[in-house]
Amino acid sequence: MWSASPVAEKTVEKIDRVVVRFAGDSGDGMQLTGSRFTDATALVGNDLATLPDFPAEIRAPAGTPHGVSAFQIHFASRDILTPGDNPNVLVAMNPAALITNLPAVEKGGTVVLNEDGFSKHNLKKAGYETDPLEDGTLDAYQAFRVPMTSMTVRATEGIDGITSRDAARSKNLFALGLVSFMYGRPTEPSVGWIEKKFAGDVPVRDANLAAFRAGYNFGETAELLAVTYEVDPAPAAPGIYRNVNGTQALAYGLIAAGVQSGLGLFYASYPITPASEVLHALSRHRKLGVRTIQAEDEIAAVNMALGASFAGQLGVTATSGPGMDLKSETIGLAVAMELPMVVINVQRAGPSTGMPTKTEAADLLAALYGRHGESPLPVVAPRTPSDCFHAAIEAARIAVEHRTPVILLSDTFLANSSEPWKLPDVASLPAIEPGFATGPNSGDAFLPYLRDDRLARPWAVPGTPGLRHRIGGLEKEDGTGNISYQPVNHDHMTRLRAERIARVEVPDLEVDDPDGASLLVLGWGSSYGAIQGAARRVRREQGISVATAHLRHLNPLPRNVGEVLRAYDRVLVPEMNMGQLVKILRAQYLVDCESYTKVDGLPIFTRDVIEQIVARMGRQTNGSGA
Amino acid sequence: MSDGHAASGNGRHVDDLGFGQPGEDAVSETAVPAVQPLTKADFSSDQETRWCPGCGDYAVLASVQSFMPEVGIPPDKIVFVTGIGCAGRFVYYMDTYGMHGIHGRAPALATGVATSRPDLSVWVVTGDGDALSIGGNHLIHALRRNVPLKILLFNNQIYGLTKGQYSPTSEEGTVTKSTPFGSQDHPFNPVALALGAEASFVARTVDTDKGHLAQTLRAAAAHEGTAFVEIYQNCNVFNDGAFDAVRAKGQRELNQIRLEHGRPIRFGAEDERGVARGADGRLELVDVGDVGEEQLAVHDASRSEPTLAFELAHLASRPTGPTPIGVFRDVRRPVYGQELALELESARADVGPEQLQQLLHSGETWTVG
Repeated sequence: MWSASPVAEKTVEKIDRVVVRFAGDSGDGMQLTGSRFTDATALVGNDLATLPDFPAEIRAPAGTPHGVSAFQIHFASRDILTPGDNPNVLVAMNPAALITNLPAVEKGGTVVLNEDGFSKHNLKKAGYETDPLEDGTLDAYQAFRVPMTSMTVRATEGIDGITSRDAARSKNLFALGLVSFMYGRPTEPSVGWIEKKFAGDVPVRDANLAAFRAGYNFGETAELLAVTYEVDPAPAAPGIYRNVNGTQALAYGLIAAGVQSGLGLFYASYPITPASEVLHALSRHRKLGVRTIQAEDEIAAVNMALGASFAGQLGVTATSGPGMDLKSETIGLAVAMELPMVVINVQRAGPSTGMPTKTEAADLLAALYGRHGESPLPVVAPRTPSDCFHAAIEAARIAVEHRTPVILLSDTFLANSSEPWKLPDVASLPAIEPGFATGPNSGDAFLPYLRDDRLARPWAVPGTPGLRHRIGGLEKEDGTGNISYQPVNHDHMTRLRAERIARVEVPDLEVDDPDGASLLVLGWGSSYGAIQGAARRVRREQGISVATAHLRHLNPLPRNVGEVLRAYDRVLVPEMNMGQLVKILRAQYLVDCESYTKVDGLPIFTRDVIEQIVARMGRQTNGSGA
Repeated sequence: MSDGHAASGNGRHVDDLGFGQPGEDAVSETAVPAVQPLTKADFSSDQETRWCPGCGDYAVLASVQSFMPEVGIPPDKIVFVTGIGCAGRFVYYMDTYGMHGIHGRAPALATGVATSRPDLSVWVVTGDGDALSIGGNHLIHALRRNVPLKILLFNNQIYGLTKGQYSPTSEEGTVTKSTPFGSQDHPFNPVALALGAEASFVARTVDTDKGHLAQTLRAAAAHEGTAFVEIYQNCNVFNDGAFDAVRAKGQRELNQIRLEHGRPIRFGAEDERGVARGADGRLELVDVGDVGEEQLAVHDASRSEPTLAFELAHLASRPTGPTPIGVFRDVRRPVYGQELALELESARADVGPEQLQQLLHSGETWTVG
């Protein structure tokens, strides 16, 4: 273990990628530290991906393992796809952060510890019987003890209006400064951010600036960091970029759908982790005409959205697992009413309350079949944080043009993780045509369930002269929309509702198969990055041929799915559930797809998929497989 | 743009602010429509009514259809929203726009309609099971928010459509299929519940009392914000006679306490009885001859605090004796979402690709290449 003493010489080592995890108590400000580091990293031009990992409790008892909050960032001089599996660097602010995060750190990795956090009391709360700084726990790592709290307090001495207790709270910015130095991050973005954020509170601003600078300067002068690292910018397509997480991208996508359709965006939801973030993001955009309502419950939220749709708006609601259960009856009503509505499910680990801040993708079957009666609807799933933007537009397009509720299945991992996003040209976004009914459609009469060639019924909004009609959950006679209990009509309507969803146009499934593989890895949702990353690595490092494909549309499925599945000897389907897509593929195409399931509340990692591929194809070399 | 009907029940004219819908311009441009007075027929749909013969719902439907022309809003601008239960069918019989939702959720559906489109007149028709049992939460929150809705609650103290179970307004001891030994549940007093939820307009009327029903609807239609109207409605199949004390000839004359704003509260065949504040401070029923007219309580529906209305709601714990009907409370407070709807609509008019581009480019960006 190194101790700190000032030196001048530094070696700069070039590396192509690094994974850093900041971990501390949930009150330590680790999410802020991580997101500031992310912004500086984005400006360097590295490709990056991030993953916050925080407890559901806002302030769990300080110093305990279940109160640990962490933020992981993977950045590289090349295109990367995931927030990384094992951190190369862990910054641990206290023993609880160390005990919960050390197992994930790569052997030989760097561990930076806030020595001041390792009191006997904190060691006990974390569950350490002996001091990990002394007992050999860290032998396999490069561990650096830095008295961050006391150095922060010293750095802020003399700032009027700051007590040592206040000062200690700025230690996360000391950590930020230190790691910023280690990886050659520019200081301007963080300094600028602190100045802006705390402009109204000069003492706090100054304390945070002092802490950040102290951390940075400590890195520059301390002997412990004989080496600093440089990660070159990643080659990227020309364009303007910003960093975006799945929540922001989703909110922007919904706003864009409003603009593209000319409809007012009406968003109603009830607070629930993690979907509330979408409400927060949208509620700031009144000036763009966005209406948000915090409803009295999940059921009210979806009903308000449906009422707004009837009134000619783009009705949207979002929730997470338990909220979907509550909304399902109303989604069925929207199926019967044949009205546009977008229902977003930011999936989380269940059943029941489950693990609200942990990810899972186990609501696929619920989305497809979780309503009574035959109740088909389209389901769309984004694959990366920035893809949430395009998936939201696609969900809205299908909903509006096909007069149907659409479920968009995101997940906690996508919602919280971030990546650089090459901003799309707004002119390239698809138009969405509401095509409101404006007059009679059957002689002088208006038939609310008369259909166009997509089998969609007219959308006649209240206030339109002469098109008064009544819709509801009772079975409707096709055409007139009158209540009907006729056996022939119900049979016809049931098949028609299935057919009209089946007819939704969906692009073919694209397969990436550079060298004629016999194994196809087929995914959906947030496993995209891990699957792509794994395929690249096994091809490059082990010469294994593997094909990949990723489903965005879960209903209807692309028309070529059966053909694609049958073209491979083996099909592997990794999912964050117990094998839900596999059930559908087997049932629909009679192909014996193989399931890899992961239900630990964590995303599917690249290494998980590599293991699965190698287990199947490990003995084969490139070219000998297919 | 003109719809040919000058009066608006809630006094709002927002058509010119961008809420016009497709097709409307074409109509108003081609010809100024002749002012044809609306009639009951304009509000009657072609659907065959399917309530049980003798149901109180027929009387309410006829009254509402007759009354609507008076509001002066064309049927194209009116939306009825209902839930599940016998009252839920109401929507199919009105020739307006209509949504027949799921059980209990009509106020939430209607909130979505009304907050998106302040140019529409939105009416909710619900029942005691729909509004007070499965949908209780949406009702109280609509009232709390003061959404611009008219909510007509048909209270028949029974579940009719599911064939006769007790409801949240059934009297204690009510024997039904699901309570063969008598209900043990304490019933809701819907007027008191609405007042407790801070409703800005609360009234009660009786299905077959055409004059009083119309008068109450008139007051409700004129109210800005949520107007809550409890309508005592007889279910002649499963709970016949539940409201006879205030509904049946021979009894109603004795028991209806007709509340009139600004007037002393009197009732009885000869107005010989009244409501006065007793020595202990509580409202009580008195003989006018005993206490003198000047001692009678004067009804004031416009009081900002709901205490008098609440006392009146509790004057009769059940409609088996003298029972107040009429408007209990009618106060003004901010209407939910109306101004915002106008603000959003005008904001939206200025939003296009350029603003979207700006939004996407907000925050920290960097350029490659």
